[in-house]
Amino acid sequence: MTATTVATAQHPSLQLACGEVWFTVCELSLLTPGRGVAALLPDGRQVALFADRARQVYAIDNRDPFTGAYVLSRGLVGSDGGRPFVASPLLKQRFDLATGVCLDDDEVSVQVFAVRTV
Amino acid sequence: MPVSTLPTDRTSALPTIVVVGHGMVGQRFLEALADRGLTATAGTARVVVLCEEPRAAYDRVQLTSYFAGRSPDDLSLVEPGFMQRHGFELHLGDPAESLDREARTVTARSGETYAYDTLVLATGSYPFVPPVPGKDAEGCFVYRTIEDLLAIEEYARTARTGAVVGGGLLGLEAAGALKGLGLDTHVVEFAPRLMPVQVDDGGGAALLRTIESMGLTVHTGVGTQEVTTGEDGAVNGMSLSDGSSLATDLVVFSAGVRPRDQLARDCGLAVGPRGGVIVDEECRTSDPSVFAIGECALASDGRVYGLVAPGYEMAQTAAEVIAGKDAAFTGADLSTKLKLLGVDVASFGDAHGTAEGCLDVVYADSRSGVYKKLVIGQDGTLLGGVLVGDAEQYGTLRPMTGTVLPVAPEQLVLPAGAGGPVALGPSTLPDEAVICSCHNVTKGAICAHTTLPEVKKCTKAGTGCGSCVKVIGQLLPQSTDKGVCGCFPYSRSELYEIVRTLGVTSYAQLLDSHGREAARGGDGCEICKPAVGSIIASLAPTLGASGYVLDGEQAALQDTNDHFLANLQRNGSYSIVPRIPGGEITPEKLIVIGEVARDFGLYTKITGGQRIDMFGARVDQLPLIWTRLVDAGFESGHAYGKSLRTVKSCVGQTWCRYGVQDSVKMAIDLELRYRGLRSPHKLKSAVSGCARECAEARGKDFGIIATASGWNLYVGGNGGATPRHADLLAQDLSDAELVRLIDRFLMFYIRTADRLERTSTWLDRIEGGLDHVRDVVVHDSLGLCDELERLMADHVAGYRDEWAETLNDPDRLRRFVTFVNAPDAPDPSVRFVPERDQVRPDLEILAGPVLAVRTLEGSVSR
Ligand code: SRM
Ligand SMILES: Cc1cc2nc3c(=O)[nH]c(=O)nc-3n(C[C@H](O)[C@H](O)[C@H](O)COP(=O)(O)OP(=O)(O)OC[C@H]3O[C@@H](n4cnc5c(N)ncnc54)[C@H](O)[C@@H]3O)c2cc1C
Ligand code: SF4
Ligand code: FES
Repeated sequence: MTATTVATAQHPSLQLACGEVWFTVCELSLLTPGRGVAALLPDGRQVALFADRARQVYAIDNRDPFTGAYVLSRGLVGSDGGRPFVASPLLKQRFDLATGVCLDDDEVSVQVFAVRTV
Repeated sequence: MPVSTLPTDRTSALPTIVVVGHGMVGQRFLEALADRGLTATAGTARVVVLCEEPRAAYDRVQLTSYFAGRSPDDLSLVEPGFMQRHGFELHLGDPAESLDREARTVTARSGETYAYDTLVLATGSYPFVPPVPGKDAEGCFVYRTIEDLLAIEEYARTARTGAVVGGGLLGLEAAGALKGLGLDTHVVEFAPRLMPVQVDDGGGAALLRTIESMGLTVHTGVGTQEVTTGEDGAVNGMSLSDGSSLATDLVVFSAGVRPRDQLARDCGLAVGPRGGVIVDEECRTSDPSVFAIGECALASDGRVYGLVAPGYEMAQTAAEVIAGKDAAFTGADLSTKLKLLGVDVASFGDAHGTAEGCLDVVYADSRSGVYKKLVIGQDGTLLGGVLVGDAEQYGTLRPMTGTVLPVAPEQLVLPAGAGGPVALGPSTLPDEAVICSCHNVTKGAICAHTTLPEVKKCTKAGTGCGSCVKVIGQLLPQSTDKGVCGCFPYSRSELYEIVRTLGVTSYAQLLDSHGREAARGGDGCEICKPAVGSIIASLAPTLGASGYVLDGEQAALQDTNDHFLANLQRNGSYSIVPRIPGGEITPEKLIVIGEVARDFGLYTKITGGQRIDMFGARVDQLPLIWTRLVDAGFESGHAYGKSLRTVKSCVGQTWCRYGVQDSVKMAIDLELRYRGLRSPHKLKSAVSGCARECAEARGKDFGIIATASGWNLYVGGNGGATPRHADLLAQDLSDAELVRLIDRFLMFYIRTADRLERTSTWLDRIEGGLDHVRDVVVHDSLGLCDELERLMADHVAGYRDEWAETLNDPDRLRRFVTFVNAPDAPDPSVRFVPERDQVRPDLEILAGPVLAVRTLEGSVSR
């Protein structure tokens, strides 16, 4: 473990909870604050990862439930009353990054993934 | 043919209402019946409608807009499904030919006979054609129905000159239409002034000057004695009462209308000495089971109303009475506001000052064609008025008729700078003031709502002639918050000024220093981020910021399209539009596009902007595709940006036999000059080589039309959802003058427009409109022109192709992958299926097991 911790100090990595294990995605530095990237999980699922201005990281399902397209990672990040959200790049519905709930339609939400930096 | 019929056993037992005439008032009457539940589907009445014209009721008031591109269908007044929903039996092209009041039957031309319990005549009027020799010759027309317009349009194709007999409201409208059809147009009016009914001598004079300055020839005080014809029997001229003659290929009679009361006369109903079916306050004729409404009726106040609003009131009244309630139509006022040939003309109340002891307050400026008169009673009440050339105040003054004005009347007619005009806001109106005279809606009724769509839906106000819409807008609650979004309390143009003067180049810094308290320190939102990104981009060279939109923090501000320099499609793939300046392209370049599209399996389509779009590229393919395109000399077409799109061109002087300037070269020069310029909304342009306008320049934000001596510059045009023709900003410009003026215009727009405000809406919104913009950019009234030109020079000097730049930057290229952790894996959800020898997105794989894919319509646009 010590070895990883040393590496962390210089190049922190992002890990996603994937079932029982933590799955390493990429270096944190690949995330531009305010934007997202998509990651492919071993089981074929797609996850959208975002960093906000404070470099806090969030992960939600990449699939836009309104259109079915796998594009949420390409939306713009914003905050509303301190809560971070992403606006879908297609039809602009907003999703709370912490809970996955759609802010423009109570009946819709997307899955949220646990994420950590190591 | 009946549009809908119910089984006879259900309808035959019901009382039958037969309506003769399905014009504007007839249709309104049907709506009034439906509102009162008098329909077959409600099981209360059988309603049969006989319609002479080949089409159901349409908006006759807006007839002339056909020439501005509204199709007959657009003009329809009947909501789809209306007849079926209520079980109304509409018979098109089948007029009533005779009435038998004894037997209570109507016989139609088809031979069908309908028994009625109640008969409603809504036959309107016919255009009066003076009995002059030659009036029926080929080339003579009237102006009343869509069919009339179609015939005029067809005949005008081979004509050069047209004459309108009659200089009243309709005559001038017809004259405008002839002019629009490219004819050399004359108006012959018997009275000594134009629009004798609506305006007085002073108003007529102001109108005359303006109309003549538009190139129409007006002959007042002369009558038409004969229409002369050539050997082929077609019109070739007119001889006039002053002994002169006028050569013309086409004549439109617009010498007034007469009520269509023949049916009524034939069966012995009482008619007025000068025509019109006599009705009482309930709109009942001399036969209690027969009603007459609209232009065919002679109302109980002794008038035949040639306007639609009184007709609508009669329709309501008759329906109410037939439903067994009390209602009365006792008369209406003749106020009108029109835009004739682009000139505002309004008259209201006692416009001619007939009341005893009344006084006129008049302001006339013949230079600018403005004439305003208010008629004031002895006790200071406003009795009426005439406004020509500037009828802005109509909306507030008309409802004040009958009240004492809250300010001195002269303050209301004087122009700004001379002590007036005082803004008399509609807030000063009493609740019972009628704001929409077409639908008789009061201020009180309007103020019960909060948005314009709601007002239109619930009260119908604003859905007639539309002249009240502006006042309605002023009555509705105004949002006092001009902020672009929840993050900033400033409008886009204010943010522009802040960024420019303080030299702010960072969004975060701007949010923390100028954002709303609660938003500071946060992440902003998807509305202000791209807006600020665009402001920084358009000022970049001047601020010393990077002109490259994907640099540093700027990258995080861009919408996805700008971020990937391509347009996102519904399945997550992207489209690619290389710039093809002016639409001109070499065969070699065309071949490259073809090869790239073929090699990457892209769907290709010629766009509406004279270039080629390739669809269906995955994110990871974008750099590969662009490497090939950039190598072949292409650059970004900015189809993704709120920036210059295309400058379309026609082939112009080089090839076209009519061309008078090299429109292609000018289009290419302009497109290259303004490419990449970030703006509040997209910018489109076009250059036509002559007045035939094949490039459709007047539908563009800035459009250029060649003249024999240079270029005419038009601004504020728009296609899209709310089309608007561009207005002439300046004429006969040299190449250099043209470019300089466009530089200034664009930079002034970028500086002052709201977010996502096209030049068309901007021009209509900003105070002073086109005149103000002309003052600023042509006459330099604000002393800004040097700076505007400098800003544009900075832009031109700082321009670099975004794609070339991206391809040269390995760091940026890393972003063009589908998966951050598997850069080589293609996106499995981007798949295609074949269609018409190309591909289209496979949406089924996106739908997944549960979700039916929603269409992109009704998108939340923010
Ligand atoms: C590709 C094209 C249709 C085509 O197959 O021909 C097109 C496609 C789109 N148009 Fe358009 N418009 C295209 C020509 C036009 C034209 C015709 C023209 O430019 O002469 C118009 C009317 C002229 C005008 O704009 O005044 C037009 C009026 C619009 C509007 C309405 C704008 C308005 O002011 O009302 C929108 C919506 C908007 O911008 O908010 C729009 C928006 C769009 C968007 C961007 C919608 C979207 O957000 O996805 C489409 C993106 C296409 C893509 O992904 O590549 N498009 N669009 C045309 C591209 C032209 C080009 O070469 O760049
Ligand atoms: C170009 C133009 C511009 C106008 N601008 C304005 C304006 O700005 N403001 C304004 O208030 N008014 C305006 N008007 C007047 C307005 O259009 C009329 O007041 C309105 O249409 C009257 O409605 P109506 O139903 O009484 O008559 P119409 O709309 O004329 O309808 C009567 C219908 O009855 C049909 N008909 C006649 N006889 C029979 C029969 N025997 N059997 C069956 N059907 C029959 C006719 O074919 C016609 O379709 C304008 C008119 C024109 C032509
Ligand atoms: S606008 Fe004039 S010059 Fe251009 S193609 Fe049309 S007719 Fe020819
Ligand atoms: S006054 Fe004509 S629509 Fe309101």
